[in-house]
Amino acid sequence: MPSDVEQWKDELYGTDIRDEIERFAEEGWESIPEDERDAWFERFKWFGLYHQRAGQESYFMMRIGPPGGVLEPGQFRRIVEIADEFSRGPAENPEFGNGWIDVTTRQAIQLHWIRLEDVPEIYERLEDAGLSTVQACGDSWRNIVGCPVAGKDKHEHVDAGALANELHDTYKQNEAHSNLPRKWKVSVTGCDEGCGQGDINDLAFEPAEKEIDVSGEAGGSSDESDGGETVTGYNVRVGGGLSRNEPRFARNIDVFATPEQAVEVAGGLSALFRDHGDREDRYNARIKFLVDEWGPEKVRETLQEEYVDFELETAGEDLRESYSYNAGEADGKHDHVGVHEQVDGNYYVGLNVLVGRIGIDDAYELADAAEEYGSGEVRLTQRQNIIFTDVAEENLDDLRAEPVLEEYSPDPHPFQRGSIACTGTEFCSLSIVETKNRQVRFARWLKANVDLPDGVEDFHIHLSGCTASCAQPQIADVSLRGMKTRKNGEPVEALDIGLGGGLGEEPQFASWVTERVPADEVPGAIANLLENFADARESESQSFREFVAERDDEELAELVEPEETSYEDPYMHNTKRTWYPYAEDDELDSSPAPARADGTPIASDD
Amino acid sequence: MTIAVRTLDDGAWISVNDSRQVSVSDVWTLSRGVFCDCEPAYVLLEAFVDVSVDGSIVFADAVGQCLECGTRDPIDRLPVGRVVDGEFRPYDPEGVQWRVEPESERASRE
Ligand code: HEM
Ligand code: SF4
Ligand SMILES: [Zn+2]
Repeated sequence: MPSDVEQWKDELYGTDIRDEIERFAEEGWESIPEDERDAWFERFKWFGLYHQRAGQESYFMMRIGPPGGVLEPGQFRRIVEIADEFSRGPAENPEFGNGWIDVTTRQAIQLHWIRLEDVPEIYERLEDAGLSTVQACGDSWRNIVGCPVAGKDKHEHVDAGALANELHDTYKQNEAHSNLPRKWKVSVTGCDEGCGQGDINDLAFEPAEKEIDVSGEAGGSSDESDGGETVTGYNVRVGGGLSRNEPRFARNIDVFATPEQAVEVAGGLSALFRDHGDREDRYNARIKFLVDEWGPEKVRETLQEEYVDFELETAGEDLRESYSYNAGEADGKHDHVGVHEQVDGNYYVGLNVLVGRIGIDDAYELADAAEEYGSGEVRLTQRQNIIFTDVAEENLDDLRAEPVLEEYSPDPHPFQRGSIACTGTEFCSLSIVETKNRQVRFARWLKANVDLPDGVEDFHIHLSGCTASCAQPQIADVSLRGMKTRKNGEPVEALDIGLGGGLGEEPQFASWVTERVPADEVPGAIANLLENFADARESESQSFREFVAERDDEELAELVEPEETSYEDPYMHNTKRTWYPYAEDDELDSSPAPARADGTPIASDD
Repeated sequence: MTIAVRTLDDGAWISVNDSRQVSVSDVWTLSRGVFCDCEPAYVLLEAFVDVSVDGSIVFADAVGQCLECGTRDPIDRLPVGRVVDGEFRPYDPEGVQWRVEPESERASRE
C-alpha cells in the first residue's frame, strides 16, 4: 500500500502548493484544519518550509537553495535583510543571540523561527532578488550542489556552474520530475579537487574526458586526434548518501556524458527513479537502495533502453586521483578557505564560518565587505563556509583588515576550520542531542588546550545529531553522532565516535569505534586520541586517516580514552525534551508556541 | 471513533489524529529481557518504522539500541500510549514497559 505521504502527494503536490500556502498565510496558522496538518506540513516542504519540532509549533524553518551555492551580488544581503526582519525567535541562543543565517552542507541557507503569515512577503522579496525556496525540501530535486568556485577556479576542467544552472532551470518546477519517491540530491563537479562531493549524492557528475567519434554530436571543448575527438564532460555515478546507518558511495554506472548529454542523462535517471523507486516504504525509497538491488549494470541498461534516445558512451577518464576535498590529507587544505587566485587574476577569499552560523550583525558587515572589496558575490561551500569572489589584488589587505574577518577568518585555527555541525535538538525533531553550540564549545576548548601533532594542519570533526548525517560525519577524521548513555545513574547526552573517514580517490566511511561516550568526555577523548596518534604514528607525514586505516577497531578504541576535563557541557540534560534548549525555563510546558503572527500564544484546547 | 496513526518526517514522530505525539530519540525503559539481557534495558529509539492501533492502545515498531550493552535491533509492537475518550495519553518512556505483550494475550486478541 502506498504510504500516507504518497497519497497526499497524489492529491496535491508541486507548484500548486504555493496558492495554498498563500491562503493559509492570509488566514493565519490556526486556519490549517487540525486533521490536515500532517498532510499540509509534508507538502509545505516542497516550497522549502519545514515545520519546527515539538514545543515550537507554528514556527517554520525555511531553506533557500541557490544552485552550486552561488549567491549573486545583492542576494546575500537580501537574505540577511529577510533574516533580520522575519527570523527572530521567542528566546535567545547563548552563543548566537537571536537572529542569524545558517549555511548548510548542501550549499543552502536555512532560516528559523519563520511564521507562516510572513511567508508570502518573504517569497516576494526572495523572488525579487532572483532567489527561491522551491524544492529545497521534500521529495524531488533538491538544491544542486557543486564546485563553489566554478567559473573562477584554476583547477577547473569543465564548467560545473553552467551544468548546475542548466539542471536547475530544466528540472526544478518541472511537472514530470516534481513528485519523486524521495529526495533527489544531485552534485556537479568540474574540478580536480572533487569539491562537489559527488560520492555522497544520489546522482553525481564527475569531470572526465573521452575520445569519441567525431560524427557524434559532442559538446564541450575538444581536441582533435586520430581516432576521434577528445571531449571533456562527465562520468556519472548514482546512489550515494549517508543517512540511516546505511551509508553508500555513489556507484559508477559506466557512462560518460558531454555537457549537453548530461542534462538528458540527469532527466533520464530522475525519471527512472520516479518510476522504479520504492513508493511503499519510505525507508527503502532512496535510489541508493535501488542501486543495491539492481546493481549499476541494470541501472545503465534501463537508462539506455527506456530513458534516453541516444547511444550512451562508456565512462571516460576521470580525475579522481587528484581529489583532495575532505580527503583526510594531513596538510590538505582544499576547502576553499583562504586567499586563492582566480583564472582572471582576481582572488577569491574563503572565510571560515564556525558550524555555518552567522549572526545578523556580522552578516551585514560581511555583505558590506563583499560589495566593497569584491563583486558582492558570496558563495556557499559544503563545509558550511562562505567565499567572496572577484577581489582585486590591491583590495586584499584592506579586506583582511576588516574587523569582521577576525571571527570569519581566511586563516582560522584548524579546530575551527575543521568543525561542522548540523541543526540538532535546537530545531530538528530527529535529533538526539544538542549540536551547534556544543561544537562551538568543543572547538573553543580544543583550540585552547590541545596541540595538533606536527605536520597536521587540517583536522576535521563533524557532529551530527542523529543518523540522518546532515553534518556528513562519516567523511571526517573524527565523526560524532548523537546518542544517549547513562552516567551516574542518569540518562545524559552522549556521542558515538567514529574515526578515519574521508573522500578522495578512494573514499572511506569512518568506522564507529567507540559508542555512547558522555558528551562532556568527548573533548578529553579527542585530546587523548591526538596524543596517542602523535606518539604512535610512523612518521610526521602520516595523516590521521592513514593512521586509522592501518589499525583495527579494537586497537583504535583503546586510543580514544574518554575522560572529563576542564571542558564543561551545559547541555547534558535531555535537550530534546525542552521547548528550546537554552531558554531560562526550558520545560516543554512553558513553550510560547504555537503563537499567532504577533507572537501571542495560542491556548491549546486540551 | 477511528484513530488515525502514522509515522512522520522519516520516522521522527508518531502522529495520532494529526498531532505529533510520540517523538523518536527518547530512552525507553524496557523489561522482560527480550530485547537484550539487561534488566531493565534502557533503549534509545532511533526510528519509528511503523505504527498500529489495537483496541485503544497505540503500538510502534521501531529500531532501538540498548545503552548498556549496545544491542541494536528492531522492536515490534512497543506500546507507546492509549486513547481515552478520543484523547491520546502517551506512556512515560521512563516508566518500565513490557517490550512485548506475552504471546498468549496477543493471540487471544487477534
Ligand atoms: C529542521 C532541520 C532539519 C531536518 C528536520 C532535517 C531532516 C533531514 C532528514 C530526515 C534527513 C535524512 C533523510 C533520509 O533519511 O534520507 C536529512 C539528511 C540530510 N540533511 Fe537534513 N535536516 C535538517 C537540517 C539540515 C541541516 C541544517 C543541514 C546542513 C547543515 C542538512 C543537511 C542534510 C544532509 C547533507 C543530509 C544528507 C544525508 C544523506 O546524504 O543522505 N539538514 N535531513
Ligand atoms: S543529522 Fe539528524 S539531528 Fe542533525 S539536522 Fe539532520 S536530521 Fe536533524
Ligand atoms: Zn542491553
